[in-house]
Amino acid sequence: MPRSAVIRFPGRNCETETLRAIARAGGEPALLDYRDTDLQGAQGVILPGGFSYGDYLRSGAIARFAPVMGPLRALAESGAPVLGICNGFQILCEAHLLPGALLHNTQQRFTARPVDIRIERTDTACTGHYTRGQVIRVPLAHGEGRFVADEATLDALETANQVVLRYVTVPGSDLPANPNGATRDIAGICNPEGNVVGFMPHPERLADPVLGDDVGLGFFTALVERCRGAEVGA
Amino acid sequence: MTFRVHVRVIPRPGLLDPQGQAVEHALGSLGFGGVRDVRVGKAIELGIEAATPAEAEAAARRMCERLLANPVTEDVVVAVDA
Repeated sequence: MPRSAVIRFPGRNCETETLRAIARAGGEPALLDYRDTDLQGAQGVILPGGFSYGDYLRSGAIARFAPVMGPLRALAESGAPVLGICNGFQILCEAHLLPGALLHNTQQRFTARPVDIRIERTDTACTGHYTRGQVIRVPLAHGEGRFVADEATLDALETANQVVLRYVTVPGSDLPANPNGATRDIAGICNPEGNVVGFMPHPERLADPVLGDDVGLGFFTALVERCRGAEVGA
Repeated sequence: MTFRVHVRVIPRPGLLDPQGQAVEHALGSLGFGGVRDVRVGKAIELGIEAATPAEAEAAARRMCERLLANPVTEDVVVAVDA
């Protein structure tokens, strides 16, 4: 069974939902610790949401130096699927595995609500179960989700098709679109190869019908399938 | 000897700084006129063992590059107490 690891940092709070989502997606979930120095044979890794090291200094700034980040970087560079959700996205940016940075929301408040996002790219570590242009509504909860980068980096991201998810306004919706002031409505990006993905929304919170919907499960199904491909390939 | 090093971390020019905007607005409400371009950052003080002030400053700059500031979003000013 393909093994997908979820890494717990001090202050993490979304690992249980993420492990459950992996299991529902047909994968073998493994909970790893930030002090681990190997990934215990995992073919893919998810950095779940929550906080890390109190988010002191900047979200993800201290977590990026945790022992587990060495093997994680090696796995990412091998082309294996790596997904960062919310604080995990912030860590991937601080670790320079993804470009840009995530700053305090424009409204200066922690925002927790549903959000409509459009799938902009499907050949990534975790979006192959959606169609390009598909809009889904998933939960979102963060204080620091405003994606920023310099104009040249933003243009390069657009040209290379590295914007994976974008906040959108659905006609007739009562939800304001961009929840945090993110530049160009960017909710998630990937590296050029598409195997490292980071985004702010929390699909693991909507990955089980008992929670009302499982529209978020597709991210985990796609990631588990990528892990299975690596397993067969090995 | 130990040098007292002051690191100021400020949002880069051109980057929206909602905290700075809120403070600027509040100052205006209090009647402080003519205040512009307010930026809110952070101040970090370090005691650094070094032979000279220049060495302490160089060490602080390396710390900024590695951890204390994010060059994507922040500029730094480093000063060493005489």
